[in-house]
Amino acid sequence: MSTKVHDWSADVFREMKARSIATVCTVPDGGLIQLLKMIEAEPRMRLVTLSTEPEGIGIATGCWLGGGRAMVAMQSSGVGNCINALGLPLAYRAPCLMLVTMRGQWGEFNPWQVPMGQATRPALEAVGVKCFPVGKAEEVGETFAAAADIAFNSRVSAAVLVSQRIIGAKGFGQE
Amino acid sequence: MASNRLSRRPFMAELLAHRGNSLIVTGLGSPSWDCFAAGDGPEILYSWGGMGLAVPTALGVALAQPGRRVVCVTGDGEILMGIGSLGVVADQAPANLAILVLDNESFGETGRQRGLTAGRTDIAAVAQGFGIGQIMTVTEQGAVGKLAGLLFKTPGPVLAVAKIAITDDPWALPEKDGTAIAHRFRAALGVA
Repeated sequence: MSTKVHDWSADVFREMKARSIATVCTVPDGGLIQLLKMIEAEPRMRLVTLSTEPEGIGIATGCWLGGGRAMVAMQSSGVGNCINALGLPLAYRAPCLMLVTMRGQWGEFNPWQVPMGQATRPALEAVGVKCFPVGKAEEVGETFAAAADIAFNSRVSAAVLVSQRIIGAKGFGQE
Repeated sequence: MASNRLSRRPFMAELLAHRGNSLIVTGLGSPSWDCFAAGDGPEILYSWGGMGLAVPTALGVALAQPGRRVVCVTGDGEILMGIGSLGVVADQAPANLAILVLDNESFGETGRQRGLTAGRTDIAAVAQGFGIGQIMTVTEQGAVGKLAGLLFKTPGPVLAVAKIAITDDPWALPEKDGTAIAHRFRAALGVA
């Protein structure tokens, strides 16, 4: 775990507001705690708690079809649940913006997280999603902004992959 | 005797005649064909895939268009694949969203294999468990007026299950280019 903490969640939150992204669909992850708190506290934003991540792909697509802007925030394991669903925004040529906090990657403790963590980027790319991996906390905000802009301006699916190096590996009390 | 006796095409034609300016979001397969057969229009958002995503897509439209009624028309297999989304709908509680499940107790598009609702699964009871406000199960054509009131007028979220028969209906296939479907839908809403 790094000791110097840059508040990347605040950067992402600022970039979201600058782009009128008002609906955030999520199955929560530890790496998203700060961002989700900010969204919940913002009356002009709507946090949509999901039962499974592909619902968020459908909601974000429907939201855009109705003239709004939404995104999905999830852990990398949730990406595996979304693969077929990602055909929906592609077929409508709707933007689909995802913020993915990585597990199974940088110093993972839990072996069950490793297969999907390692497969996240190739799986997303296999279904046509543009991936924006980011490994430094200071660069999450600008990376998110770039992904959001290509998603909404060019109407593609884009995922920001926030490295476990930034979030820190969960130690389960064993560290 | 099986409870699924409604003839889907006349049932949907009569029901959709009441829809006013509602936006319709269809699930893949026969519910899309039924809505197209009843009368095409830009305010119908057809789907040809993404099984399990009809309710989430309709929810997204409903959240973005709070001033418009949004009615999701889908099948029993389609909604079961994304059944947790009923919990999300109940949690978000959009007053403008209604869901109609055309339940023929089978996987119609793939060879009419037996579906779970042919057995012990009751989607109306499941919806109640998720916390959907008002729920109706329809088994007779004579209930269409009451059903229309629920789907197009009653504050949502509401859900109805229509027990429909397995029938041989003429093909009625809408536009399948998603960009064309999406564009005309957004243009009709003035957001394209």
